[in-house]
Amino acid sequence: MNIMIVGVGGQGTLLASRILGNTVINEGYDVKVSEVHGMSQRGGSVVTYVKFGDKVFSPVIDKGEADIILAFEMLEAYRAMPFLKKGGKMIVNNQKINPMPVIIGATEYPENIGDKLRENIDLTEVEALDIAKEAGNSKAVNVVLIGVMAKNTDIAYEKWVETIKTTVPEKFLDVNLKAFEMGYNL
Amino acid sequence: MKKLLLGNAAVARGAYEAGVRVCSSYPGTPSTEITEEIVKFDKEEVYAEWAPNEKVAAEVAIGASIGGARAMSCMKHVGLNVMADPVFTVSYTGVNGGLVFCVADDPGMHSSQNEQDSRHYAKASKIAMLEPSDSEECKEFTRKAFDLSEEYDTPVFIRLSTRVSHSQSLVELKDRENKEVKPYEKNIPKFVMMPAMAKARHVVVEERIEKLKALAETDAFNKTEINDTKIGVITSGIAYMYSKEALGDKVSYLKLGMVYPLPEKLIKDFAEKFDKVYVIEELDPVIEDHCKAIGVDVIGKEKFTLLGEYTPSMIKKVVLNEDAPECAELQENIPIRPPVMCAGCPHRGTFYVLKKLGLVVSGDIGCYTLGAVAPLQSVDTTICMGASVSAAHGMAKARGSEFNKKLVSVIGDSTFMHSGITGLVDIVYNKGNNTVIILDNSITGMTGHQDNPTTGMTIRKESTKQVDLIALCKAVGIDHITVADPFDVKNFEKVVKEEVNREEPSVIIAQRPCALLKSVKYTGHCTITDKCKKCKMCMKLGCPAISADGDGVKIDLNQCNGCGLCINVCPFDAITKEEN
Repeated sequence: MNIMIVGVGGQGTLLASRILGNTVINEGYDVKVSEVHGMSQRGGSVVTYVKFGDKVFSPVIDKGEADIILAFEMLEAYRAMPFLKKGGKMIVNNQKINPMPVIIGATEYPENIGDKLRENIDLTEVEALDIAKEAGNSKAVNVVLIGVMAKNTDIAYEKWVETIKTTVPEKFLDVNLKAFEMGYNL
Repeated sequence: MKKLLLGNAAVARGAYEAGVRVCSSYPGTPSTEITEEIVKFDKEEVYAEWAPNEKVAAEVAIGASIGGARAMSCMKHVGLNVMADPVFTVSYTGVNGGLVFCVADDPGMHSSQNEQDSRHYAKASKIAMLEPSDSEECKEFTRKAFDLSEEYDTPVFIRLSTRVSHSQSLVELKDRENKEVKPYEKNIPKFVMMPAMAKARHVVVEERIEKLKALAETDAFNKTEINDTKIGVITSGIAYMYSKEALGDKVSYLKLGMVYPLPEKLIKDFAEKFDKVYVIEELDPVIEDHCKAIGVDVIGKEKFTLLGEYTPSMIKKVVLNEDAPECAELQENIPIRPPVMCAGCPHRGTFYVLKKLGLVVSGDIGCYTLGAVAPLQSVDTTICMGASVSAAHGMAKARGSEFNKKLVSVIGDSTFMHSGITGLVDIVYNKGNNTVIILDNSITGMTGHQDNPTTGMTIRKESTKQVDLIALCKAVGIDHITVADPFDVKNFEKVVKEEVNREEPSVIIAQRPCALLKSVKYTGHCTITDKCKKCKMCMKLGCPAISADGDGVKIDLNQCNGCGLCINVCPFDAITKEEN
C-alpha cells in the first residue's frame, strides 16, 4: 500500500505521516516513511510518503503508484495527480493557499481544480479547515484528513486513536482526538 | 524490540549501542537529527554539543578519541569541506577510542547549495567509508563502525543521503555496550604530526588500506544476491533500494556496504557471471570508475544521470526497458510553489529595506538565503557559510569605495559564529570599509531551531555564557556597531544608509527573534481597511499572507500571525491590527 501526503510547508504533513506510519507498524507490516526537512519546509510544496506491506524497498513513490493521496491543499493535490495509481483514491482538503508566483501576480492560481481532478480520478473533497476549527484548532487539519483516510482502510478505529495518543503532544490531544473523530465520521 | 526510526535516529541509536561517549556536531540538513537524537540519551552516558562549526566539532571528537572515548561528529556534505583539514591528518594518527564521522549528502539538493559526492573524501583521505541503505543498516553500520575504527586504528566515515537520513524504517534495538574509556598514554610518534612522524604514519596508512581492502573482499559489509544470470547490478546505499524496487528478482545484486576501499576480486567474480553488469549509484561514478580501473566492463553513467536523485522507474526503464505505469498527466503548466520566508519572519524587514535602497547584497547560508526569491530578490550572492563577509571585502577591493557604499553583507547569528567572524577580522585588519549586517534572530533557524553560542543555551537547554556580539565585534576592531529592529523600517533604513556611507567598517545587528520561536507571541492578525489606496506597497514584502484581490489587496487570516510589518510599510495607515 502506497500513501502519499502532499501539502504546503507548515500544514502539518509530517505529523500526519508519523501517525500513519506508527499505526501501520502496529498492524505488523514492514513500513517506510519518507519525510521532508530543511529549506523545502519553508512554505514550499512538501511531499511525504508512507509505504507498507510484506517488504518495502524504496521509501519514495513514483508516478502512477500511489493507492491513496492525502492532499492538504488544492494546487498541491493537482500537482500530485499523476502519482495516483489507476483506480486509486484522492482525499483533498479544499483549502487554497496562494504560492508566491501567484501572490506577486507572475501567474494565476489554476481555476476549477476540483472539476479537473474529478474528471480524471476518484476524489473526496473535505472542508478540513472548517472541521478543524470546529474541533478547536485550525492546525488540526492534518488529523481531520487522517480521520477521513482511516475510514478507507481496514485498520480499526481504536488502533488509530491509540497512535494519536502516543504521537501527539499531551496538551493538543483532546483537540486532535476530536478532529480525528469528526474526519472519520464524515 | 522493533521500532520505526528515522535513518538519522538509527545512526544515533547505533552510536549509543556502541557506547559512544562524546558527540560534537554543527547542524546541517540532512544530518541535524543525528545529534538531536543523541542528546535524548542520558547525559551521564553521552556528552553531546553543538560546536560553532564542523572543523571545531571534528576536532572535539578527535580529542575525545585520543582521550580514549568512543566519539563521533556528524555533518552535512558541505560541512565535511569545513572539517577536511583535521580529517586528512587524523587519518594518519589513527585513533584511541573508536572515531566515526557521519556525513549526509543531499542528492537533488533538497536543502543545499551543491550536490557534492562525499565518497571522494574517503578515497582522498584514505579513510574507510560505510554506506547504509535503510534505518536498520544505519544503526548496525554505525555500531560496527566503532569496532572497525578501533580494530584497524582508523577513523571511519558513515555516508548517508537525504532519503536514508529522512526515511523511517524498522530497526531492531539492542542494549548499549558498556565501553570503558581507554587509558590515555602519551605517544608522540602517533599523535604529533610533524614531518618525521607523519612520514612514518603514512606508511601505516597505506598498510591499513591494504588490510581494509582484504576486509572488503569478505561479506562483512558487501553482500551478493544471485537470482538471474543475465544481468548483474552493482550498487550501494539508497540506489540499492531503488534497484530492488524496480528490478526485484529479475537481476542479481552486489550490494556494497563499504564504499571505500572497494573490493577487486569480489567485483570481478560477481561480474564474470553475467552478460551485462550495471553500476547503479547516484551522483558521481565512484564505483563505476573503480570497476573500469580493475578491468571490469560495466554500464554506468552513459545510461544514468550524474544529476539529482534516482527513482525506481528510471532504473526500470534503463535496465529492463519497461515503462512506468499509466497515470493521469497534467494537461497544463501549473504554478510552482518555492519555499518562502515565513509570515512574521524578521528577515523580511531587512530585505525590504535593502531592496528599497538598491544595495548589492553579499549573502550567506540560512533561511535568509530566501531573500534572493521574488518579490524581494535582494540577495546577489550565496556561496558558502561565512562568504557573505569575506566575499564583500573582495568585491569592495575589486570595485573601489564608491561601489562599497552600495554594498552590504548579510549573515545570520549562527553563521557569523560559524565562519563570519574570521571574515570580519580580515576586513578590519586589511583596512576594509564594509558594512556587515548580522541577522540576529536568536536561533539557528533553517535547520529547525538549534541553539548556538549567541543564544545562551546549550544543546541540552542548560543556560550558559552567551557570546556578546557587540563586544565581539568591538574586540576585533569595529568602532561602529548599531543594534536595530528590522521591523522598524524607517529607522532601519536610516541606519543602513548611514553605515554604508561611512568611511570605516561597521556592523549592524538586525535584532528580532524568529517568528517560529515559542517565546515569540504575536497575536491577532492584520487587516486592510477602507483607507487602502491600492498602491500595493505591502505586497513588496513578499509575505505569504498578503495577496492581490482584484485590483486591491487582501490578508489571509489563516496565514497572518499579526507581526505587523505590513502596518509599518503602509504609507496610508490603511492596515490595522485586530485581535482574534
